Amino acid sequence: MSDSIDRDTFDHLVGLAALELDQQQADYLLRELNNQLKAIRELAAIPLDESVPASLHGVPYASAVSPELRADVWQPHPNPEEIIAQAPDTRDGYIVVPDIPHTTLE
Amino acid sequence: MELCDIPAYELSLLLRQRQISAEEVTRACLERIAAVDGRSGALDAGSLTPEDEQKVHAFITITRERALNQARTVDQKLAAGEDPGLLAGIPFTTKDIFSVRGTPSTAASRILANYTAPYTATPVARMEAAGAVMLGKVNLDEFTYGSSNESTAFQPAPRNPWNPAHVPGGSSGGSASSVAAGEAALSLGTDTAGSIRQPAAFCGVVGVKPTYGRVSRYGLIAFGSSLDCPGPVARNVVDAALMLQTIAGADPRDSTAAKVPVPDYLAQLEGGVKGLRIGLSPDYFRIAFPDPQTGEYREQSLPMDIESPVLRAAEVLASLGAEIVEDVPMPNTRYGIPAYFVISRVEAASNLHRYDGVKYGYRTRQPIDDLTKLYRQTRNEGFGLQPKLRILMGMYVSAAQYSAQYYQRALRVRTLIRRDFEQAFDRSGKHRLDALLTPTTPTTAFKMGAVYGDSVLMQYADQLTVPANHAGIPGLSLPGGLDADRLPVGIQLLGPDFSEDVLLRIGRAYELATETEDWRKVKPMVLR
Repeated sequence: MSDSIDRDTFDHLVGLAALELDQQQADYLLRELNNQLKAIRELAAIPLDESVPASLHGVPYASAVSPELRADVWQPHPNPEEIIAQAPDTRDGYIVVPDIPHTTLE
Repeated sequence: MELCDIPAYELSLLLRQRQISAEEVTRACLERIAAVDGRSGALDAGSLTPEDEQKVHAFITITRERALNQARTVDQKLAAGEDPGLLAGIPFTTKDIFSVRGTPSTAASRILANYTAPYTATPVARMEAAGAVMLGKVNLDEFTYGSSNESTAFQPAPRNPWNPAHVPGGSSGGSASSVAAGEAALSLGTDTAGSIRQPAAFCGVVGVKPTYGRVSRYGLIAFGSSLDCPGPVARNVVDAALMLQTIAGADPRDSTAAKVPVPDYLAQLEGGVKGLRIGLSPDYFRIAFPDPQTGEYREQSLPMDIESPVLRAAEVLASLGAEIVEDVPMPNTRYGIPAYFVISRVEAASNLHRYDGVKYGYRTRQPIDDLTKLYRQTRNEGFGLQPKLRILMGMYVSAAQYSAQYYQRALRVRTLIRRDFEQAFDRSGKHRLDALLTPTTPTTAFKMGAVYGDSVLMQYADQLTVPANHAGIPGLSLPGGLDADRLPVGIQLLGPDFSEDVLLRIGRAYELATETEDWRKVKPMVLR
């Protein structure tokens, strides 16, 4: 396993996470991430047979336990204005945001 | 005894006999809050005063008028001879990670500080439909990310009613401290790695982490969606059973809420433990953690103050007819935290991407002309350090080039943790346990400031509780005594999927058998 997160990888993660950090925060977070990785590295020492499957959840989703999915039908909200009113900036029932930057997909 | 100190079940009898009114009970709780809670948590709260350091600070929002109105409705129903519901007139608090219509629902984060929920979470709706009276929303670690409550953006952080220099635990610290201080009879918390059981242990109250799927997560602000479990905090096992009865069961709004029928938890509660097989595992009497200096893993046995109450509880249960099974191997217990560091972070990062300053909640006030910058600036100002840490770790361990060695591997380790329990509880296996008896926490409540900032050490506070979250199984934490500093020690019962009825029955048997012991007469410091 790779030993630690370097500053470049960290900066890349900060971008992916849509964050922007000052130096003090960045120093704390990078240090704590690398300390946590030391603990996580313990996982590498566990003998894992090829046959051990991944568990995305603990309790199995058996048919006796899981409810049937409800029908996928459109249900109008009784008061959409109340939902829109939570947005920081709205106009005529629309949510207002600053300019969406143009990006060219490679 | 004041009304606010009477447990829910007894209050319920007194209310039905019309010896007291729901409004009197509510007012008694509001008076207790005024006496012990101090100022409620708030953003930019300034520095702590010496008075702050003596108070509990369980609340973020006190919903006084709402509570009094609910209480009056219950009184009207009682006067009219109508059935007011199972929890009629019982005061409770709600961890501020649940949406409750018309109330600020903050997750103890700046990014949701101005959010007023437009709908109510299912467990809260069920409490209120049963006549329970919500006194307010209580504090927690920001987005539940912590084990001490100190990371809340709403300061002063809650303090431990048994000694306000110590933490109440977390993340449901406001829940446990409000119940321990007699501010409410019940509280609704959540448990992702131990967030109900650990603060319950630290504050000397009962906490139940139900089976994953036993209680609906609808309206719960998500952290780790495969791990989060809403559940009760109460002053005794009877009250916890009453509350679980009320909130458990399938919900068309949560496709992970199981359709398994809810048993009558109260009917069998005093059925005793005769013939039950209760296990002890050496793997729950030691902890493994990385040395803060070297990073090397060290194993250490637990302090006697933690170990003795569990062994004594085993003796008590044996004397009541339970069969104690020793040396049950749970070898993967020690991997619970490393696996949790990976799985919970991936789920947290995914769940936190929705907070962007666009749809609801906080938006930066800086003038910004580009949406990407708006996201970044908003998230930088809105999130505290602990959410940021979880987002970054989640992005890292799930990145394509690292996923196999971290995330996929952690999910496979999760399978091993589940297998430990399956083997221990297997009806035709070697041990055939009905429950495993363990300590809840490796220590009693630590001092404020003693661990906060060291995110690794803080996470290890959950070492004995997190395996149940990986496995999805239910857990119950009970008061088991006091340590040398007169701080509560918790004991934990873990059982197979949907065996809450059995765990509650064992807990109740222990509670009845130790009812008259001296440590049960000691009150939290804020009430002395």
